[in-house]
Amino acid sequence: MYKAIVTINFKKSILDPQGSTVLKALKSLGYKDVEDVRVGKHMEILIDSPNLETALEQLKEMCAKLLANPVIEDYQVDVAEVKS
Amino acid sequence: MKFGVVVFPGSNCDADCYHVIDKVLGEPVEYLWHGHDDLKNIDCIILPGGFSYGDYLRTGAIARFSPVMDKVIEFGKNGGLILGICNGFQILTESGLLPGALIRNPSLRFQCYNTNLLVENVNTPFTNAYTPKQIIQIPIAHGEGSFVADPQTLERLEKEEQIVFRYCNAAGETTPEANPNGSLHNIAGIINDKGNILGMMPHPERCAEDILGSVDGQHLFKSLVNWFQQGGGRR
Amino acid sequence: MKEGLWQEMGLSDQEYARIQEILGREPNEVELGVFSVMWSEHCSYKNSKNVLRSFPTQGPRVIQGPGENAGVVDIGDGQAVVFKIESHNHPSAIEPYQGAATGVGGIIRDIFTMGARPIALLNSLRFGSLQSKKSRFIFSGVVAGIAGYGNCIGIPTVGGEVYFHPSYEDNCLVNAMCIGIIDQKHIAKGIAAGPGNPVMVVGAKTGRDGIHGATFASEELNESSEDRRPAVQVGDPFMEKLLLEACLELIKTGYVVGMQDMGAAGLTSSSVEMAARADTGIEMDVALVPRRETGMTPYEILLSESQERMLVVPHLGKEQEVQDIFAKWGLEAVVIGKVTDDGYMTFKEDGVVVGRIPAKALTDMCPMYSPEAVEPAYLARAQEYDLSTLPELDDYSQILLSLLGSPTIASKEWVYQQYDYMVGVNTVVGPGSDAAVLRIKGTNKGIAATTDCNSRYVYLDPYRGGQIAVAEAARNLVCSGAEPLAVTDCLNFGNPEKPEIFWQFKEAVAGMADACRELETPVTGGNVSLYNETKGEAVYPTPVVGMVGLIEDLTQVTTIGWKEAGDIIIQLGQTKDELGGSSYLSHIHGLEAGRPPEINMQLEKLVQATTLQLIKEGLVASAHDCAEGGLAIALAECCFAGGMGAEVTLTDSMRASSILFSESQSRIIISTPKAKLDIVLNKLNEGQIPYKVLGNAGGEELSMAGSGWKVRLGLDTLEEKYRRAIPCIMNS
Repeated sequence: MYKAIVTINFKKSILDPQGSTVLKALKSLGYKDVEDVRVGKHMEILIDSPNLETALEQLKEMCAKLLANPVIEDYQVDVAEVKS
Repeated sequence: MKFGVVVFPGSNCDADCYHVIDKVLGEPVEYLWHGHDDLKNIDCIILPGGFSYGDYLRTGAIARFSPVMDKVIEFGKNGGLILGICNGFQILTESGLLPGALIRNPSLRFQCYNTNLLVENVNTPFTNAYTPKQIIQIPIAHGEGSFVADPQTLERLEKEEQIVFRYCNAAGETTPEANPNGSLHNIAGIINDKGNILGMMPHPERCAEDILGSVDGQHLFKSLVNWFQQGGGRR
Repeated sequence: MKEGLWQEMGLSDQEYARIQEILGREPNEVELGVFSVMWSEHCSYKNSKNVLRSFPTQGPRVIQGPGENAGVVDIGDGQAVVFKIESHNHPSAIEPYQGAATGVGGIIRDIFTMGARPIALLNSLRFGSLQSKKSRFIFSGVVAGIAGYGNCIGIPTVGGEVYFHPSYEDNCLVNAMCIGIIDQKHIAKGIAAGPGNPVMVVGAKTGRDGIHGATFASEELNESSEDRRPAVQVGDPFMEKLLLEACLELIKTGYVVGMQDMGAAGLTSSSVEMAARADTGIEMDVALVPRRETGMTPYEILLSESQERMLVVPHLGKEQEVQDIFAKWGLEAVVIGKVTDDGYMTFKEDGVVVGRIPAKALTDMCPMYSPEAVEPAYLARAQEYDLSTLPELDDYSQILLSLLGSPTIASKEWVYQQYDYMVGVNTVVGPGSDAAVLRIKGTNKGIAATTDCNSRYVYLDPYRGGQIAVAEAARNLVCSGAEPLAVTDCLNFGNPEKPEIFWQFKEAVAGMADACRELETPVTGGNVSLYNETKGEAVYPTPVVGMVGLIEDLTQVTTIGWKEAGDIIIQLGQTKDELGGSSYLSHIHGLEAGRPPEINMQLEKLVQATTLQLIKEGLVASAHDCAEGGLAIALAECCFAGGMGAEVTLTDSMRASSILFSESQSRIIISTPKAKLDIVLNKLNEGQIPYKVLGNAGGEELSMAGSGWKVRLGLDTLEEKYRRAIPCIMNS
């Protein structure tokens, strides 16, 4: 059994209004040192694959096909084996 | 002319579009269930507004993979007429039938009100009943209507006159103040390069009857019927 | 049984003793849990039922009055309007977005469980002053929650009201109303009839959300309420949209004997109420209920308030058909038990009985209380305040601007532009007028709806305040061209165990009941929300009236804005020198004192009937009632909506502040084209109705002049204050 952490973020060029709002809120709470905030998505996917390579390959496909929109988003996949 | 309104789980404006085509236009129309892949000799497909699949993951991302969409994509690639409204526009970009993407309004709030639109291109199946540079009023109702695309795509859309509607003020000026959602170039609606597929964020079906305040939206549907009657849109 | 366990669950020692009496033994923990939610104030109305009996509930158009999931009123052509209002106050105070969202979800289910397609939502909201960060947080969260749920499920939010007052700082009020339309032959009821018929759970899986939510709603909030956060459920409007379509499809098949949504107290309340209504029993095995968490106990399954679930009793043999319809919409439908004829609720787990209670013990046999009612000490003092000593501040222009900029009066655009008020293409009049109007497709008719309550009036005189809430709602409907039909009420008060609070409750209901009788608008159902207080501070008594009306001919729909420059402005009714309880007194002088304006129900009926008749005869261009802020505000609002100013002369012989800002009742401002003026005046004279011709619409200023004073302000200036008040505070 494998557990993947998939992180999806807007590409740098895309406006992230959520991120800017959170930045403003943090600054107003006194965290003056914060420079930038980008808000993305974090997914945890449990996949029962025969091996790590298969799991990773399938997850990358899932990202490209459904989980991320390549026009506006980048993705990152980290996989590790877990006890089922 | 036969219209088909696709119904996804979570579509809300399917019945509204059906009503306009059936009762206001008086044309034959049926619902196309997302789970079926039979397009039943439809001449024009409508992808209505709403929250297909709850807008979960991304607006339109899951709907794009419904069984009916394979046939819709094929239909579009072969020159069939497709009108995508709001969520429908989002589904069209997710499925690659239209370029760009729609992201969250910079205000982070859902916005519902009438907007002024400038009709930039009247040489389309969707806008031939309008006059060039006509200013019309059509309501928006969305939280994720901000149109984005990379600079090359935007340049191409401008050059090829694929931008059909732009947000403007009452005087027809496409200013930032007149832009409700930060869409690049004030883009409210675009067509594909072949001109058979239109995606727009505003809701023409909501202003197609006098009782509801305006008939500016009616002309869009009438344009389609005109086009068809003059021999366009047949495959 | 462990000492005090029942108290933790909200039951008194006497109630516990009564339970033992009924069962003839001690209840086990599951049974105790079931009793505690069914006998909670929220579910049983044990403190309020005796008072609610004074409402008139019958009438020639009433098809279904209180006691079912929603009220049903005949609108002709074999159709009916189905409607109800409900509160979700406590959850919204803790988690504003989800509290409001699930409140909307709950009221929508109450409508479609009757077989009606919901066509509109309205909401009545109260928050603390916007000067407070907490209030701004709750306000924006609640509005976002209502928008998030309502927009996603595709039901337009078309109207309502928003008030700001310090008494709501720690206890916001979120009352959600839903309206649906149905063909009378399709009306479904919440009855588990026909022993042997299966009982099915449909919709979402059951989790641990909201356990004891009903009990939570029946107690005051305090510091430890934050820890009760698990008692707030998360709504899934997409799931509910699927549920709505599946249920409506199912009801049309005729396979359904009874159906009810699972709201407060979840599976327990829906099954118990369905059995009690039908004089039957239900035997169910909780192990069969689809769940989304592991290791759930029977107690948890029975008390879970997971959203988007319904309980369906189909005819025996139709289980597969039910499952097929739900499967089409991607939803589960599972048989969990059957209807019996023994009158008992028999709860099992894997075939073993874990609880057994007579159904009616949980409903009819719940003790009813008549709490003590004592007039509060503050009242006499407040009412006796001598308003003649009030200093006359004569910068009326500044006062008008200040009132227009006060959040309760200011434009609510910031709120309703977040709501999709057009989906469904039925909205003829959306937010911003006196009442919302929805057309009924396929007919020439429309339904008008409004929610109303001035809680300051109720605080200063509960009886009169209750009357006025009903009168104002009817007046608003009449101004839109509708005949008022019926009422749904949402009664929001503090802790009823305090005699002063209970007195407020009793008096307010008495006033409402009398007004409903006079105006012939019976009460078809509603909701009571008590214990709206924190650290001993109760909210202002807030009995919200939700009212629906019928417009027989949509060409008669009327809105508040002036229509043509030159139209003549006429005030029906009389202005009196009564600043008691007014926004002027509160906002400008910092006083909440005096008595609320008088209300003469005969005059009210005359003014309403006259206005409606004039509208029906095509003699009215615009109509708007006078409410908060009095005549000056009403005129300003007509100007904003009409896009033009007005010039009026106000000749009443009283101080100018009273002329402009008195909130005298039974006043409607109409405008009519000059050409029709004579006919209108003839009719008014014939009808012996008090009126005054004030002036005419047009121009770019609002100009109001009296003897020795004048207010003259540019429309731009006025509108800027009005439109920007709330956005300025919220967007900074």
